[in-house]
Amino acid sequence: MLRDALTFQLGYNATLVTVAAVLLGIAAGVTGTFLFLRKRALVSDAIAHATLPGIGLAFIALALSGHDGRHLPGLLAGSAVTAMSGLFAVQWLSSRTRLSEDAAIGAVLSAYFSLGIVLLTVIQTMSTGRQAGLESFLLGSTAGMLLSDAILIALGGLLVVALVFLFRRPMSLVSFDPGFASTSGVRLDRIDLTMMGLVLGVTVVGLKVVGLILIVALLIIPPVTARFWTDRVELVVILAGAFGGVAAWLGAGLSASAPDLPTGPLIVLVSFCLFAVSMALAPRRGLLSSFVRHRRFQAGVHMRQGLLALAQGQPIYEPLTIRLLKARGLARADGMPTREGTIRAARAFRDEKRWEVARATPELELAAARYDGLTQIEDVLTVDQIAEIDRRIGPPEAVQ
Amino acid sequence: MQARLEDVTMRDVRERATRGSPLVIRGMTVAYDRKPVVFSVDATFRSGRITGIIGPNGAGKSTLLRAALGIVKPLAGQATFFGRTLAGSRDRVAYVPQRASVDWDFPARVVDVVAQGLYRRLGLLGRFGRDHEDMVMSALERVGMEDFSARQIGQLSGGQQQRVFLARALAQDATLYLLDEPFAGVDAATERAIIKVLKALRSAGRTVVAVHHDLSTVEEYFDDVLVMNVRKISDGPVGTAFTTEALDTAYGGRLERGMRDPQRARA
Ligand SMILES: Nc1ncnc2c1ncn2[C@@H]1O[C@H](COP(=O)(O)OP(=O)(O)OP(=O)(O)O)[C@@H](O)[C@H]1O
Ligand SMILES: [Mg+2]
Repeated sequence: MLRDALTFQLGYNATLVTVAAVLLGIAAGVTGTFLFLRKRALVSDAIAHATLPGIGLAFIALALSGHDGRHLPGLLAGSAVTAMSGLFAVQWLSSRTRLSEDAAIGAVLSAYFSLGIVLLTVIQTMSTGRQAGLESFLLGSTAGMLLSDAILIALGGLLVVALVFLFRRPMSLVSFDPGFASTSGVRLDRIDLTMMGLVLGVTVVGLKVVGLILIVALLIIPPVTARFWTDRVELVVILAGAFGGVAAWLGAGLSASAPDLPTGPLIVLVSFCLFAVSMALAPRRGLLSSFVRHRRFQAGVHMRQGLLALAQGQPIYEPLTIRLLKARGLARADGMPTREGTIRAARAFRDEKRWEVARATPELELAAARYDGLTQIEDVLTVDQIAEIDRRIGPPEAVQ
Repeated sequence: MQARLEDVTMRDVRERATRGSPLVIRGMTVAYDRKPVVFSVDATFRSGRITGIIGPNGAGKSTLLRAALGIVKPLAGQATFFGRTLAGSRDRVAYVPQRASVDWDFPARVVDVVAQGLYRRLGLLGRFGRDHEDMVMSALERVGMEDFSARQIGQLSGGQQQRVFLARALAQDATLYLLDEPFAGVDAATERAIIKVLKALRSAGRTVVAVHHDLSTVEEYFDDVLVMNVRKISDGPVGTAFTTEALDTAYGGRLERGMRDPQRARA
């Protein structure tokens, strides 16, 4: 079943939903990257909650004018209007009053959401027919998605991706160093508005699939996941889009392959799984690799210190050091070196001396900065440079 | 009548002298809340010279630069760059702030930060090509940071970060460089390297303005100075403007004898 869903063989509706969801996932991932880098993740939550009154008002307007109240483009247009007013409310509150942005977000988010809920309740009591189903915008609902809905979502997603590509440079400049961006002639207010406009677009487009409560997850989890894998903005953007797309594809597939499983929450859960796996396993920034690297480095330093102590006939007190030396056959349980240990100790001692000379030599300063207690000087300097150092130290002492 | 005519010609002469000047500041006053921290400062920075801005902590040196660049909004006054507004001369002005307040965990390597200096050249969609790569590397070489090009920006020491931001400014290939304390927190060798870069800029006909704190090196580093403490105290060539009286006024007699005596400092 899942395989059929993932290869688009589960029927017309499931295919529509999956295609729309994947484009939405990609759009949300790439847009969310800049939101995350600009540290304004929660503004998107305020925007999302501010869509609800718009949906209600649009429904009422449509119904009173004798149209089908559930006409998706009409509802989305309405949601965009109140979302925009919510965004401006947050911006106005945080720039013109003493309220900080998070407080402004809290106030706007809850006020708009409450208004939306009240409107939805009012709509329930209205005599116009077919009012049921508006609450599906809270968590999304893909059942009975129309081709026109899917096309709307897909086109919206594509447009967002194209605009992110167009504005990627000023947006990353503004996220990294707003002061420099403005002296480079970037209009901060316009770029910020563009960024939030894109977020708003993703939110509105995503209402049908994931709903307003969870859209923030689609915007934020993929870039955070991508950040584990790379140190470059361009790659974070691309990976975030990829993670968002994959999560949407798997999530939509899962929900299509089992009856009554909700699409939006499944997409978010898959997205979170990708995040958890990345956090654990990513090279360099992942938890596991950090842990292994730390342990390996610690062991290396202990070995080195142990060998240097052996070379100078000093006692070793650290149990870990003795254990490590013993495990490699370099020392006995009483801390005395084996034959192999004596040789390795002499070699380590010589390496340390060479580093010492390198540090004191101005021309070798840069190379000497790579000393970490583990790197062999042979890996850093040329044979000639080492020969020159050895000339200054004198010949190695014989190991008896 | 006669006097008025003279006034007009005098103004004319002065204007002609300052018209093409890289940076002219007129009547600049900046206040945070209601306290002026820069008050009615006039200054003309001369082309092809290295000018130092000198004054105690809180004298408004950074604020003066930031106001000239439009980063803070002045209460009064204006700055003209090369006889034009800032908007008309952005390509020719580079600025390095005192402390870059950036997110050090940002996904950017040293090369990426320096490449930001090419933003105006590249625009929204321009391709980042081989020659751009070369410009970035040569800027890094000039500040001695080429070996760190692939490091994530947060994995550098404070002085190294400072040099990367200087490299970004160099990559901008500007005509006027405004540097807020380029020597703060860098070691002696780096300081020598940076001053060499600044002097090379001067030889290439560029103009450098740098906020500076170490009074003992003022005469060695700078051609002109602007001594200020909220108000302008003196300005002009080091020989005439960097005087004991000016420093006494600026620092309010808080300097030790030896520190405030330019003659001694020169020796
Ligand atoms: N953002 C701000 N809000 C309020 N006051 C400020 C702000 N920035 C600076 N000030 C105040 O303005 C005055 C001038 O500050 P400025 O940073 O221009 O001084 P400076 O001469 O550059 O000092 P330093 O040598 O320490 O860098 C100081 O008294 C400072 O407290
Ligand atoms: Mg300052």
